[in-house]
Amino acid sequence: MSADAITVTAPKRSTGSLRKETILPGFGLTLGLTLLYLSLIVLMPLAALVIKASGMGLQGFIDAAFTSRALAAYRLSFGTALIAAAIVAVIGVIISWVLVRYQFPGKRLLDACVDLPFALPTAVAGIALAAIYAENGWLGAPLAALGLKIAFTPLGIIIALMFEGLPFVVRTVEPVLQDLDKEVEEASASLGAGRIQTFVKVILPAILPAVLTGFALAFARGLGEYGSVIFIAGNLPMVSEIAPLLIIIKLEQFDYAGATAIATVMLVAGFVMLFVINWLQRWNKRRGT
Amino acid sequence: MDIEITHVSKQFGTFAALNDVSLTVHPGELVALLGPSGSGKTTLLRIIAGMEQPTMGTVLFGGQDLTGHSLRQRRVGFVFQHYALFRHMTVFENVAFGLRVKPRIHRPREAEIRGRVMKLLSLVQLDHFAKRYPSQLSGGQRQRVALARALAIEPSVLLLDEPFGALDAKVRKELRRWLRGLHDEMQLTSLFVTHDQEEALELADRVVLMNNSVIEQVGSPQEVYDHPATSFAYEFLGHVNRFDCRVEDGKVAVCGGEIVVPSGTVNGDGQAVAYVRPHDIEIFNGAVMAGQPAVVRYLTAAGPVAKIELSLAGDGALIEAEIGRAQLHALDLRVGQPVYIRARKARVFSAAMH
Repeated sequence: MSADAITVTAPKRSTGSLRKETILPGFGLTLGLTLLYLSLIVLMPLAALVIKASGMGLQGFIDAAFTSRALAAYRLSFGTALIAAAIVAVIGVIISWVLVRYQFPGKRLLDACVDLPFALPTAVAGIALAAIYAENGWLGAPLAALGLKIAFTPLGIIIALMFEGLPFVVRTVEPVLQDLDKEVEEASASLGAGRIQTFVKVILPAILPAVLTGFALAFARGLGEYGSVIFIAGNLPMVSEIAPLLIIIKLEQFDYAGATAIATVMLVAGFVMLFVINWLQRWNKRRGT
Repeated sequence: MDIEITHVSKQFGTFAALNDVSLTVHPGELVALLGPSGSGKTTLLRIIAGMEQPTMGTVLFGGQDLTGHSLRQRRVGFVFQHYALFRHMTVFENVAFGLRVKPRIHRPREAEIRGRVMKLLSLVQLDHFAKRYPSQLSGGQRQRVALARALAIEPSVLLLDEPFGALDAKVRKELRRWLRGLHDEMQLTSLFVTHDQEEALELADRVVLMNNSVIEQVGSPQEVYDHPATSFAYEFLGHVNRFDCRVEDGKVAVCGGEIVVPSGTVNGDGQAVAYVRPHDIEIFNGAVMAGQPAVVRYLTAAGPVAKIELSLAGDGALIEAEIGRAQLHALDLRVGQPVYIRARKARVFSAAMH
């Protein structure tokens, strides 16, 4: 036997592999499943959309996607979704604060109510909101007397999107608020900060990433929301017609190319906005933790 | 500034966290609140800070009654066990926080804030870390930032809740020495909570020993160590061997020998408990007067003193002893070796008092 026989050989290094050596098993399997699922359920339908749209040629696409009616619909869809998400981000923080910080009778019931928009068919929500905010409705009548028309205007759309978006903010902010160290607030108070200073300078920065996530989710939901909006919007072209509805209208007129073009614009714009929000969040996270 | 706590009680539901506690802290003193967990020491500290309101009793700062004043109004420097730093702020901004939240009229100008913060950071030896975030610092560094932050508001009193509890042994020791030096320099009335008797005895001017929501004993480290007032104090401060015994004619038999109990320490004859510190156990190779036979079970000579575990020949009770290295060498002890032991000194408490 030569000494070579007991030479320890260095472990083989698979230079071609993307993965690092890890003690966690199942990387290949889980990544494979993830990619398969995303491909079948998310990416392939979206790809089909883009391929269909690309078949129109650039001029055809621009003609179909950027009619004045479509432009008005984009503006309305993005505008109302942004405004609704912004309002809901503020209200959602307050509601989560109440749910986390205070004990009161009926708290569990209130907590359950927050999730209702998740469970309720969107059409039901739309019809109920339209009935209440119509000019002869419970809330619509007094508001109309004040000269404020809500149902069948963009304001109505914002109300419907706020309804649908609220649980996204509450459910993302709540756990973060719960985990917030009480000592940090005590430290702030011991250094002489008032309640408002403590909230703005200490609590808000800590929950901001969660608020941004909730905002992004509510915004994304608002962009795609259809069921609850069409009942309260009035759907006047150029005034209160949202982009998803315009897509349906195009489909009903057998204008598949037009529908695809609008859908593609929505897809790209939505993706860009979510990407921006994601980047904002990363930037915010880099500063802290 | 002196702190006067008179007849303070604190009730959490049915649980009495503090039961009629009175304590005076003199200006410039460094006081340790020492006790096992659940003894009420942290509650007392939080009441002094104003984070909790006492159910009964008053807290006076420099003669002024601050009971009912909030945390914010008291201007006490408070240091938390887990630092409680603001994670999204740099070290500089953490320390500047107390200055920046002052009402506009009292708020120093930016240049002055900068100067004061940098001075504090150099005091805690962290001036090079001003731009770092807390997550980029070690535990000991974070606690020093927390201390600088607390000092920035120029507090009249400094309160520290288990300030070294989350640090490892070496850093703890360093920081302890450093804090002692800082205190001697600044002469700031300070209280700190700890469950580590070594920490309390080494660092404090005075030790307040707490147990079961009351103060057991107050005194200098030397006093409480050498003359524990209660059996709890004896057991809590340092290692101790405990013997159940009987007092007869003012004497007890401990470890074979007879020890005269000083009058007044026990209520006459009866069941009693005797405590002997490990370094008060003598070990002999051969039979001696009033010695008790025992067998060496375990010995470790790493460190300045040798620690020896023995079992008594009679009931096999385990006894801890500590002897110098030179003596260990002279005795030439080995595991399994039969020896004689004798208590040099013992402290006896009536079993009823226990």
